[in-house]
Amino acid sequence: MEEEMEQVRRYFSSGRTREASWRKSQLHGLHRFIGDREDDIFRALLRDLGKSPVESYRDELGILKKDINAALDNLADWMSGKKIKLPLVSFPTTAELVSEPLGLVLIISSWNFPFGLSLEPLIGAIAAGNTVVLKTSELAPASSDLLADAIPTYLDSKAIKVIQGGPDVAQSLLHLKWDKIFFTGSKQVGRIVMAAAAEHLTPVTLELGGKCPAIVDSLPTWDFTRDILLKRLVSGKFGSCSGQACVGVDYIIVQENFAPTLINLLKGITEEMFGKNPKESHAMTRIINAHHYKRLKNLLKEDGVEASVVYGGSMDEDALFIEPTILVDPPINSDIMTDEIFGPLLPIITMKRIEDSIKFINSRPKALAVYCFSTNDKFMRRVATETSSGSLLFNDTILQYAAETVPFGGVGESGFGRYHGKFSFDTFSHEKAVLRRTSLPDFWFRYPPWNDYKLELFRLFYVFDYLGIILTVLGLKKPRPRSTNV
Amino acid sequence: MASNKFDVEATTLMVEELRGTFNAGKTRSYEWRVAQLKGIIKMMDDREQEIIEALRLDLGKPEFESAVYEIGMLKSSCARALKELKHWMMPEKVKSSIVAFPSSAEIVSEPLGAVLIISAWNYPILLSLDPIVGAVAAGNVAVLKPSEIAPASSSLLAKYVPEYLDSSAIRVVEGGVPETTALLDQKWDKIFYTGNGRVGRIVMAAAVKHLTPVVLELGGKSPVIVDSDVNLKVAVKRIIAGKWGLNNGQACISADYIITTKDFVPKLVDSLKHQLEKFYGINPLESKDLSRIVNSNHFDRLTKLLDEEKVSSKIIHGGQSDRAQLKIAPTILLDVPEDSLIMSEEIFGPLLPILTVDRLEESFDFIRSRSKPLAAYLFTNRKKLKDEFVRTISAGGIAINDIALHLVVPSLPYGGVGESGMGSYHGKFSFDVFSHKKSVLYRSFVADAPARYPPYSQGKLRLLKALVVGSVLAVISALIGLPEHFGSKDKSA
Repeated sequence: MEEEMEQVRRYFSSGRTREASWRKSQLHGLHRFIGDREDDIFRALLRDLGKSPVESYRDELGILKKDINAALDNLADWMSGKKIKLPLVSFPTTAELVSEPLGLVLIISSWNFPFGLSLEPLIGAIAAGNTVVLKTSELAPASSDLLADAIPTYLDSKAIKVIQGGPDVAQSLLHLKWDKIFFTGSKQVGRIVMAAAAEHLTPVTLELGGKCPAIVDSLPTWDFTRDILLKRLVSGKFGSCSGQACVGVDYIIVQENFAPTLINLLKGITEEMFGKNPKESHAMTRIINAHHYKRLKNLLKEDGVEASVVYGGSMDEDALFIEPTILVDPPINSDIMTDEIFGPLLPIITMKRIEDSIKFINSRPKALAVYCFSTNDKFMRRVATETSSGSLLFNDTILQYAAETVPFGGVGESGFGRYHGKFSFDTFSHEKAVLRRTSLPDFWFRYPPWNDYKLELFRLFYVFDYLGIILTVLGLKKPRPRSTNV
Repeated sequence: MASNKFDVEATTLMVEELRGTFNAGKTRSYEWRVAQLKGIIKMMDDREQEIIEALRLDLGKPEFESAVYEIGMLKSSCARALKELKHWMMPEKVKSSIVAFPSSAEIVSEPLGAVLIISAWNYPILLSLDPIVGAVAAGNVAVLKPSEIAPASSSLLAKYVPEYLDSSAIRVVEGGVPETTALLDQKWDKIFYTGNGRVGRIVMAAAVKHLTPVVLELGGKSPVIVDSDVNLKVAVKRIIAGKWGLNNGQACISADYIITTKDFVPKLVDSLKHQLEKFYGINPLESKDLSRIVNSNHFDRLTKLLDEEKVSSKIIHGGQSDRAQLKIAPTILLDVPEDSLIMSEEIFGPLLPILTVDRLEESFDFIRSRSKPLAAYLFTNRKKLKDEFVRTISAGGIAINDIALHLVVPSLPYGGVGESGMGSYHGKFSFDVFSHKKSVLYRSFVADAPARYPPYSQGKLRLLKALVVGSVLAVISALIGLPEHFGSKDKSA
């Protein structure tokens, strides 16, 4: 493995991946992969997760295509760096920011959106001119296999490698020296990644998760718009990989007098979207494996939790299927209200006043997203300024993932670093400051031996007091005397 | 609040108090932030003589350097922050992606919370308070741990920061390894460290526990390539100012070593010797315009670099030292072996090795074969060489025909890459580095593509594809059932 990495580094040193033409060709290659092999991708996701093609396109392929197009459209602009304006005193001097690739980067992806979470960072890494090793998740084997087979045929295999395997492969990779590590996954593994990175002073981006709350303050009274919002809310839980999404709704907070209405509405919409027999609806994915199935089952089995179930709850171990399940006020200290759920179990927490939701959210680790359904400007303002999360979305769920003009990333325990759109390009680049000077003019007061005169000039220089500088140089302004040096 | 007996309990209590201040919202107001920035400026103005004296005690730093590089730069940093703060604090409106239409989006800056700033000994005032400027401008509470290797400066900060800044939000903790370890054990929302790579690794490893993001401002061997076509006098003056004029070479971006051509080196060396004498006199050990070496550890470290067998014979200028005074004269060495100690570690002192090559272009390969430094410098008039240097040499920052000046420009980010560090600051970058940039999207209630939701169908799939690509024609054709790819804007179709 080290041999292979050495080769890739040498290839990077050759400078090939810095060329705009190379980057474009790779992005085109990715685009072709997604286009040509669409059916294979759908099949893989169906096998790994039971994910419907519509969901696969909506959440993974469509977004990837959009982002590849955006990268192609903007690449020249992103690569061109930025000219920096300088104060007059520095004339003639020019300054700019030059974006350069970091070198050899490692992307560790996850199993719930195996194509999206592998290729989205890859877009950024390629656009920025790096060589890449992508470690796919072994928990989504069909997707992992497809990526390992196809990527070398669509992309430059001297620069971009796909490595499959489990924790032991990850460990071996983490021992090597990378110029950046981009990790999507759990907190626990995030810590392992960061610790390994510390040994080589490798910068990391950690896209973690958290319990993303959805505050439901008020819904429109008109059925039509009200149902739109409810659909957004419900699909933000059950409709996105059956709740196995870092940015999916984890739990809902509602004011207790509105709770009964909301619960009924949720039941209705859920049934409308997933049918009376969700397992047959092909509208939900499976739980990824037996381990997570058991984990979710145990969440429900805890004291007081099972009793709080008001909808759904049935499970099929052979099919690894759990139907949409709604709970009302499970015990606050139960695991289901402590750990990130990552499944189709939706607790609804009631509060005396909806404003209390802010304090509640703040008493918990910062999540990747906060969702808020409200028409009350004042309340919305409070939520925006008084809570902190990776992102905040009003009156919808998950959509910020698809909006490439805003950065996507966490804060606190939900991670650090960000990507999407230009933010991906930046995350895999080093923004180098470049200052170009000429020999003349040269400020003679820069050099020792020191005296009051030179000191005064510098004092003025720093606050860009041009008039003061001129007066002092002309001898019309007396310098302040220095203290006596020992 | 200087502590003489520092323990875990006291640290935990202190952090709790600070977080209490933060949670109460005190540090978020524009007025509070302005007051802190003004407080720093006032401290610099009121205490200027004491600061200059503390730096003289800690480092023998010439008054000029203290006034210009520490006090001057700090005041300038505060002035800029005061001028721009309102603008920095404003949310940034962004264009909303078509997929999210109709909606409005903005990026909001919010403080991270409680931040830990660990500073270094070579510019003890600047490197302590400049990050504080960023931390308070962004609305955080902060603990500052100044370097114990510059004790007079550390005491001064411990004494005056509580007087000039809000001590319910900003604290100074003095001490060495045990205190730093106790601090690193706490939960921070950001850790900002300036220092060396060895401790940088320890800081990052400690940050793992709470998944705390870190900024590491480290160092490296900043090379200076000198071409033969330059205005020699100006170049040499700038090199001297960028080596011995920066705390006598004890600066993370000072010129570490020079590479030039075999043909040009005699001229270069002559000019260096000549200018050095003009700047510092015949007896530089007596010059008031040079900092001393910070302590006997570093003094011994530096003399050891000179004593190495294959190196000591390469000294062509200087080499004198006085251990009692902790002084080493400006020393130039010629063509030391590449694997010598002096060419392996960051020198951080007044020793300047010069390596020679046949063609200047060879120097690029040499630099590229080593760790990425914090800064790289090139003196030349050849445009092609400048362009290639900028294009192919990776470093935190690059300056052409000057040394270190790029760090003075507040609109340029100051930070490393690779072994020289991660993250950057100065100017708005300071504000950003201590902020969380939160994406906020406001969606309207109007219409949703029913294609978003189950039950799913082939028709919905087509519609989604068209929507994602953003082609109106494709959307219409999907809605009315025309064949696929009709009107598709897809790049590969």
